[in-house]
Amino acid sequence: MRVILDINNQIFNVDVSPNEYLLDTLRNNHFKSVKKGCDSSSCGVCTVLVDNKPIASCTYLTAKAEGHKITTVEGIISEAEKLGKHMGDEGADQCGYCNPSLALTVYALKLENPEANTQQIREYLVGNLCRCTGYQSQHTAIRDYLGDKK
Amino acid sequence: MNIGNYVKVKSIEEAYNLLQEDKDNLIVGGGAWLKQTNKNVKTMIDLERCNLNQITENKDTLVIGSMTTLRDLECNKSLKEIDGGILVKAISGIMGVSIRNIATIGGSIVGRYSFSDILTPLLVMDCTLEFFKDGSMTIQEFLSTKKLNDILLNITIKKSNNKGYFYAMKKTSLDFAVINVAITKGKTISIAVGARPSVAALQTEAMDYINNEQVNTEAIDKTASMISSQTKFGSNAKASEEYRRSITNTYIKRGLKEVTS
Ligand SMILES: Cc1cc2nc3c(=O)[nH]c(=O)nc-3n(C[C@H](O)[C@H](O)[C@H](O)COP(=O)(O)OP(=O)(O)OC[C@H]3O[C@@H](n4cnc5c(N)ncnc54)[C@H](O)[C@@H]3O)c2cc1C
Repeated sequence: MRVILDINNQIFNVDVSPNEYLLDTLRNNHFKSVKKGCDSSSCGVCTVLVDNKPIASCTYLTAKAEGHKITTVEGIISEAEKLGKHMGDEGADQCGYCNPSLALTVYALKLENPEANTQQIREYLVGNLCRCTGYQSQHTAIRDYLGDKK
Repeated sequence: MNIGNYVKVKSIEEAYNLLQEDKDNLIVGGGAWLKQTNKNVKTMIDLERCNLNQITENKDTLVIGSMTTLRDLECNKSLKEIDGGILVKAISGIMGVSIRNIATIGGSIVGRYSFSDILTPLLVMDCTLEFFKDGSMTIQEFLSTKKLNDILLNITIKKSNNKGYFYAMKKTSLDFAVINVAITKGKTISIAVGARPSVAALQTEAMDYINNEQVNTEAIDKTASMISSQTKFGSNAKASEEYRRSITNTYIKRGLKEVTS
């Protein structure tokens, strides 16, 4: 089936199978920042934004995405860089595999609740697993990013 | 899961007709649980364009469209006030935001999942389901009917200031509950236990007992032991039947103390 997708404000006319998930469609269309992790709705590494809300793209059928605004980390580069700086300052990342999904989720949190406190940050990120750094330094970096007024 | 054809229908009528056309045609809510299955679907019927993702607030009720996501429910201020916010508490403990932005309340009810954290609080709340052809029914009536080949349109929840308690015992925050317990207290006390590991059920015998007693420590202990000894529990990879009985007893006592204090 053909679907028209709005990815980072660019229109893509793609041919997909009705049981294709957005994760595969995005990767097949060279959005390799969208990572495949567990592929069973658990790790959060495939998160993208749909209408500015975090969505596990491994669990979201591409057919559903038509008519919605999809954002990958390429669509929020300057925000991702700001967060990246704080992450670097805190030593909050290692392999980087979960960084794009984390940046997108944190950006969505900023849109939804820019004043989020530590507990709210933790709750919002419960579905974003990181298997190398641990979460303490990430949370500090995120608090600093949310506190940035620039 | 295999899907032959995917249609975003423009009306409920169209969806219903398609659903009746072939036993392998299926409604999709968020599709989050369907992904975990190996169903062969001929035509997947998406209700996204049927305007069922709204929460309408009336004076005495909240009317929730079946396509409303769990996340939208969790963020609804009025729902946080109803029955001590037990439905919001239950929902916010399910997976992460990126799944709760996909999964819908309709799929969570119609799926009748044995692990459900949602059916348990709904059973003790004053709420009604509305189906396209089968009309209105309570959650309890729905759970005791055979599978309906119908479309859930919305869920009406009566606003109330009842006290409420919900607890899901989970080993980790992304896991299924080993057991969950929901209790409300208005004029009477309602108690439901879910993830036993079979589907949630109202504890009618124990409710009859406690609602006809002076509520004190003795009555609370007796209610908890009635439920833990008489209800059907089972064993699975998460926990044994015996363990479930034992912790249910504890959480029923805690819940009853909380709503009657
Ligand atoms: C990884 C994972 C972990 C989960 N963990 C938990 C948990 O710990 N606790 C918990 O309570 N839940 C859990 N869930 C379930 C989740 O909360 C939802 O209940 C579930 O995903 C169903 O919602 P859905 O919108 O995805 O439904 P779908 O998968 O789209 O549909 C489910 C069923 O409902 C039918 N259906 C959907 N909408 C309608 C309608 N309007 N009318 C008629 N039929 C309809 C479909 O045909 C299908 O049979 C989990 C889900 C996932 C994917």
